[in-house]
Amino acid sequence: MKNFKHVWRALATGLAATAFTAAAQTEITFYYPVAVGGPITKTIDQMSADFEKENPGVKVKPVYAGTYQETLVKAITAQKAGTPPTTAILLSTDMYTLIDEDAIVPFEEINAGADDAAWRKSFYPAFMANSQTGGKTWGIPFQRSTIVLYWNKELFKEAGLDPNKAPANWKEMLEYAQKLTKKDASGNVTQYGVQIPSSGFPYWLFQGLTTPNGVELMNAAGTETYFDKPEVIEALQYWVDLGRKHKVMSPGVVEWGTTPKDFFEKKIAMMWTTTGNLTNVKTNAKFDFGVAMLPASKKRGSPTGGGNFYVFKKATKEQQVAAAKFAKFMTTPERAAQWGMDTGYVAVRPDAWATPKMTEYVKGFPVASVARDQLQYSVAELSTHDNQRVTKALNDGIQAALTGAKEPAAAMKDAQAEATRILRSYK
Amino acid sequence: MSRNAIHGWLLLLPALALLALFTHWPIFGTIWDSFHGTAKRGKPAPFVGLENYQVMLADEVFWKSLWNNLWFALGTIPASIVLALVMALWVNSAMRGRTWLRMAFFTPTVLPMIAVANIWLFFFTPQYGLLEQFTSLFGVAGRNWLGSESTALGCMMVVAVWKEAGFFMIFYLAALQSIPPSLAEAAAVEGAPRGWYLRRIVLPLLMPTTLFVMVNAVINAFRMVDHIVVMTRGGPNNATSLLLFHIYQVGFSFWDTGYAAALTVVLLVILAAVAIGQFVFLDRKVHYQ
Repeated sequence: MKNFKHVWRALATGLAATAFTAAAQTEITFYYPVAVGGPITKTIDQMSADFEKENPGVKVKPVYAGTYQETLVKAITAQKAGTPPTTAILLSTDMYTLIDEDAIVPFEEINAGADDAAWRKSFYPAFMANSQTGGKTWGIPFQRSTIVLYWNKELFKEAGLDPNKAPANWKEMLEYAQKLTKKDASGNVTQYGVQIPSSGFPYWLFQGLTTPNGVELMNAAGTETYFDKPEVIEALQYWVDLGRKHKVMSPGVVEWGTTPKDFFEKKIAMMWTTTGNLTNVKTNAKFDFGVAMLPASKKRGSPTGGGNFYVFKKATKEQQVAAAKFAKFMTTPERAAQWGMDTGYVAVRPDAWATPKMTEYVKGFPVASVARDQLQYSVAELSTHDNQRVTKALNDGIQAALTGAKEPAAAMKDAQAEATRILRSYK
Repeated sequence: MSRNAIHGWLLLLPALALLALFTHWPIFGTIWDSFHGTAKRGKPAPFVGLENYQVMLADEVFWKSLWNNLWFALGTIPASIVLALVMALWVNSAMRGRTWLRMAFFTPTVLPMIAVANIWLFFFTPQYGLLEQFTSLFGVAGRNWLGSESTALGCMMVVAVWKEAGFFMIFYLAALQSIPPSLAEAAAVEGAPRGWYLRRIVLPLLMPTTLFVMVNAVINAFRMVDHIVVMTRGGPNNATSLLLFHIYQVGFSFWDTGYAAALTVVLLVILAAVAIGQFVFLDRKVHYQ
């Protein structure tokens, strides 16, 4: 028995010691959406360590939580269990979901000081569209992307097109794609002109068509959608026609994940995908390629995408302050520039592009700046209250039209009816 | 209570406690939750009675998933069982390289489903996928297997059968090897043809295994959704949405836990009904030695 007493005493002292250090140090847990391993986790670890060096009282604990969807599931489950992370990188479109769960706190409430107010204004307005609502800033842009068009210069040359000129508008894209579509002797297509993937999250790529066509899919409060507007239906018709009428794109639903591979295999001459794929294409394309803004219809346009910093409400005030400081540290111009160069994401603030390192990088690899130049035409990614459900309604409608199960007009009417039904309680 | 009875209950206690904690308690919890809405903004979930079930009646995706699941079950269960039996009979015969063959048949079972689904994704890829390369030899190319509503579910079934059949083969193989060789010798002496021996002796003796395999196959038909998550995410337009996938989406994408609980209850009822049916009706046809 005596021995046990010793053990208990030792344990108690140990506990007291940890409690004491915890009081002296603020620990912040940081959910980051990536699977374990790889170069990205190393970069994040390094950045966290640098931050700790600069702020001795704070300890950052990164948790690598899988895909965006898995990270959101983990964060919300932890929130429901009462122990959410202090901060997390989650999709910018999860903003309303997190607000509805009462999970996050706006940055204005953490630090109302003038220095932080200036910081919140330092980002591209296009990225803030998905980060602010009701006059408050709920998210800080970190790894943001947008859709661009990649084209294979070799195949352009073979088809007799100017290899250095991307299609500027919808009409040109169709004409180019017709010239770039090749068939074998028995009439089977061996190379498609263009590919816009439509699996998983077709709504995002669809915004690359609706935005140039001069229409937004939702209001800024996230309580209304406009899926059945004529411009939206027209945009969907164009997409459907590429595959079903003009046969310059694979018919049916095209997989997002294999699209870069299709491009590398020269099975497609042009592809629409995220700027986040830039590094991937740079490494794997065995031919000369170009990157361009999405073609215009009535104007240029593309949605933004990607992840924001959020700070959770249940954390202590000290933790929240430390987390905001961490977000600020991670988004300084130099770090934003470095992060953009390492990953292919768009550096989130204009002054990051003015840093010497970034100017040098863009000089050697000019296509890196295409996404930045497109930002002035960019709009917020579709995001509403009950976001995943509304998005699914639109996704189902788009896929039904692409597979030929429904006419575009009918598909969008159904999607709009479903979205209105889901959103009625938020009006 | 007699000493024996107490002894017996004590022996049962560990299993009973675990079952109660991890099976029965969650089931009652789910049924209870299915009569409630979803907790939002820290407010507790309100009691809504049967509303979740009414919503379900009007939920097109639910009905679509249910039908998909029935077709999926119908397409995968008989196919995987028959295939397993054929493979087992084949690798049970004395021939060269049967160890390799057994291993080849069993490999799909060992591989994790997520990895397998990623491989199959490239098999089904339009234009340069394995399947397309094969069919183009016969001049019928240009299909988008996973991207068309008419073929996507069929592709999912193929993956499931491929994954399952090897697993069931192992059970059949074990059962085949426990059949005494004297029966085959006796049949040979009596001059019974091989087909007759298979039909009247082997298959009846395999019935207990078949029942076991069938129960497992049914459960798997409602349980396997990993490949759906990787390959189609229920698309195109819900053509490959299965019941469990729909539950996952409602529960962990939409965070509508009350409705997800109601859907889970439906899945539970279906599985319980099928299991009871199998045991009650098929048990009569099964001869245990």
